[in-house]
Amino acid sequence: MKLELGYIHIKDIQFSKENKVENSTLYVDPETVKAFMYEDDDVKAWVKDFTFDVARPGESVRITPVKDVIEPRVKVEGPGGMFPGVISKVDTVGSGKTHVLRGMAVVTAGKIVGFQEGIIDMTGPGAQYTPFSKLNNFVVVAEPVEGYQDHKHEYEHAVRIAGLRAAVCIGELGRNVTPDETESFETLGIKEGIEKYPDLPRVGYVHMLQSQGLLHDTYVYGVDAKRTLTTIINPTETMDGAIISGNCVSACDKNTTYHHQNNPVVKALFEAHGKTLNYVCNIITNENVYLADKQRSSDWASKLCRLLDLDGAMVSQEGFGNPDTDLIMNCKKIEQQGVKTVIITDEYAGQDGKSQSLADADPLADAVVTGGNANEVIVLPKLDKVIGMLDYVDVIAGGHAGSLRPDGSIEVELQVITGATNEMGFNTLSAR
Amino acid sequence: MVKEIERAGIPVVHMCTVTPISMTVGANRIVPTIAIPHPLGNPELTHEEEKAIRRKLVERALEALTTEVEDQTIFEV
Amino acid sequence: MSFKVVHYINQFFAQIGGEEMAHVAPELRDGFVGPGMALNAAWKGEAVIVKTVVCGDSYFAEHEAEAKAQILEWVKAEKPDLFIAGPAFNAGRYGYACATICSAVQTELGITVLTGMYEENPGADLKDKVLMVATTNSAAGMRKAAPTMAALAMKLMKGEKLGASCEDGYMPNGIRRNFFEKEVGAKRAVDMLVRKLSDQPFTTEYPMPSFDRVPPNPAIKDLSKATIALCTSGGIVPKGNPDHIESSSASHYGEYDITGVDDLTAETYETAHGGYDPVYANADADRVLPVDVLRDMEREGKIGKLHNLYYATVGNGTSVANAKRFAEEYAQKLLQAGVHAVIMTST
Repeated sequence: MKLELGYIHIKDIQFSKENKVENSTLYVDPETVKAFMYEDDDVKAWVKDFTFDVARPGESVRITPVKDVIEPRVKVEGPGGMFPGVISKVDTVGSGKTHVLRGMAVVTAGKIVGFQEGIIDMTGPGAQYTPFSKLNNFVVVAEPVEGYQDHKHEYEHAVRIAGLRAAVCIGELGRNVTPDETESFETLGIKEGIEKYPDLPRVGYVHMLQSQGLLHDTYVYGVDAKRTLTTIINPTETMDGAIISGNCVSACDKNTTYHHQNNPVVKALFEAHGKTLNYVCNIITNENVYLADKQRSSDWASKLCRLLDLDGAMVSQEGFGNPDTDLIMNCKKIEQQGVKTVIITDEYAGQDGKSQSLADADPLADAVVTGGNANEVIVLPKLDKVIGMLDYVDVIAGGHAGSLRPDGSIEVELQVITGATNEMGFNTLSAR
Repeated sequence: MVKEIERAGIPVVHMCTVTPISMTVGANRIVPTIAIPHPLGNPELTHEEEKAIRRKLVERALEALTTEVEDQTIFEV
Repeated sequence: MSFKVVHYINQFFAQIGGEEMAHVAPELRDGFVGPGMALNAAWKGEAVIVKTVVCGDSYFAEHEAEAKAQILEWVKAEKPDLFIAGPAFNAGRYGYACATICSAVQTELGITVLTGMYEENPGADLKDKVLMVATTNSAAGMRKAAPTMAALAMKLMKGEKLGASCEDGYMPNGIRRNFFEKEVGAKRAVDMLVRKLSDQPFTTEYPMPSFDRVPPNPAIKDLSKATIALCTSGGIVPKGNPDHIESSSASHYGEYDITGVDDLTAETYETAHGGYDPVYANADADRVLPVDVLRDMEREGKIGKLHNLYYATVGNGTSVANAKRFAEEYAQKLLQAGVHAVIMTST
């Protein structure tokens, strides 16, 4: 399966009466986007109104609470459409050609349920921890209809869909634009791969998906990951919108849709493909709340590694706490199949860095990459503008009563910063 | 700590809330308990109800001590 | 004004002699001696070694109390900004002396300390207490060790924030610190996997805590004849915490007699544990240490006997090494007392 990505560089976003991409600037009419979002019945039913804003790198802007971050893309050739099974029909994606508006994102923000979180600072000390401070962000703030509290799942769903629709609406503007650069990615069938790279180690990617309930879910071709059995998927499918995010609590180590579209493990494996290894495929597996599910899914992941005759497997986690057990189970069982692993995680070593970093551990997990200690405390200065609201800062995971200080600065753990300790290895942050 | 007691030759049951950690530290007989700040109690119940639950948990722990195990075992309540 | 430093070295690095001179008692010299020259030079006048303590390795080992007292007195009089020792490389007694005297200066005088040695030097056992630069195993590594120690020392004297161990060159000291790597995590991970697959050495970014497993002991045959003991890491202690067990990072455990105690009440017992909300345990410590129901069962003949002593410590932030030592000790006591089985509770 071969996918070509055409990157259209976006260096600025301007609100306009016109909708177009010209000279690396996105001109967009928020009303057009709003109308497109409201074409969905659920959005119509649960979202009272949307407001729009733009946050550019270096601006004194804080976006919070962030729900999702999505890169606008459009399929220009080949089967399927963007976000199959959710926005487009369920046809298989991952081949043909897709245009990408690179350098920008759609960010959804606003009140979702009781409390939630996610902070993106566009400048200051917080900015260096979130990759999204480097993007031009088209921010969509959603406001729920009255009485949404009794329908949290419905409202979360509506905002999730709204964000994806906004990204699709904007991505469409890149359809007829000539990309600034293109890149292609291809994985081979099992037999072809062995024939082409007989001497290279066969490597797969065990991609763990958070699947623990409201604001902790992930969807694959529209299916809630908690209801899936561990399976295999082409890396190019995940790059083409097959996996979307429904989670944002403890935002530091949750994968946004943008992370799935730009999965750094997929990227690094493609870079090494044909040189130091033969990248076979991805294995997606969930992180459910029941022990039996954890056992079944990790059994399955290790069994697939064996069936695929892998020599090595990358394993990335999502979240922390009980998912540490899923991570260790996966690692241990895969190693026991004779397949060598490297796991990517992050740490909760306490504010003083002295506690045990993971809730679970095993000697077979001898190759670990860490995204850093999420408990580390950071003071975020007051910024000139807040997109969204600061109401939740005191109650979010990683904040505490009094986090929001009288001078407008906030003292929080890195936990609150969207993508700060990402466990796909998106960032350079680490710990020793 | 559990492991050192076991090593000394005394069977031991570990009653704790976060059982994966108990697994990690190497306890062989594990009984899951209620919550971290009150593993063997529940302040929302009456004193009698609470004691009954505690009794049930301790009985399960004693049952674990009288059960032969070959590997780390969680005795669900 | 430059920072004042006192340096500690052994008889060998002071060029007094080797093993045959290891018995020499501590002496105090002005300025730098031996390896101090490299440190002093690296600081370019920003810091100066004002005094050097020279002590024979055997003397320190055999007369630790006297040596410590003497050196502490000298250091106290000097009021340096930093006390630096070694580097000791793989010299066992020298490493032990460096680590021990640094620890004493740090705790008793509150002066910042730094030493350096090979990671397998026995002195490195104190690496969680005393900041230590990791060196090679022989003095040939001085050229590399001195600048690393000098740079880290300057950082400490200036009160700058410590970087991660791999950045500043000190041995991992059980405190995880964040820093920015050059490559993103995914790239580092794929590189690590490629190395692992080709059997090349690789370094994990998070070494797993080490575990060993102990096979389970046989089950109790007859509960009605068994003596059961209670132990807890939940910090349940008699009211007032008579043994002053720390709320976190406990340095000792308590042994308490519950002869005649049928119920733990708010008036008689409490928790010393600082890692969880203490309200519930303070109101009724049976919620952590189920003395009440075990007494009932004792009376009913379900169990033979509840052992009259229980052992308690605080699990919160307590080092694995300490926890292991506590349990080893009281496990022997339990064994000697004829205890058949233990219920350990944790919070």
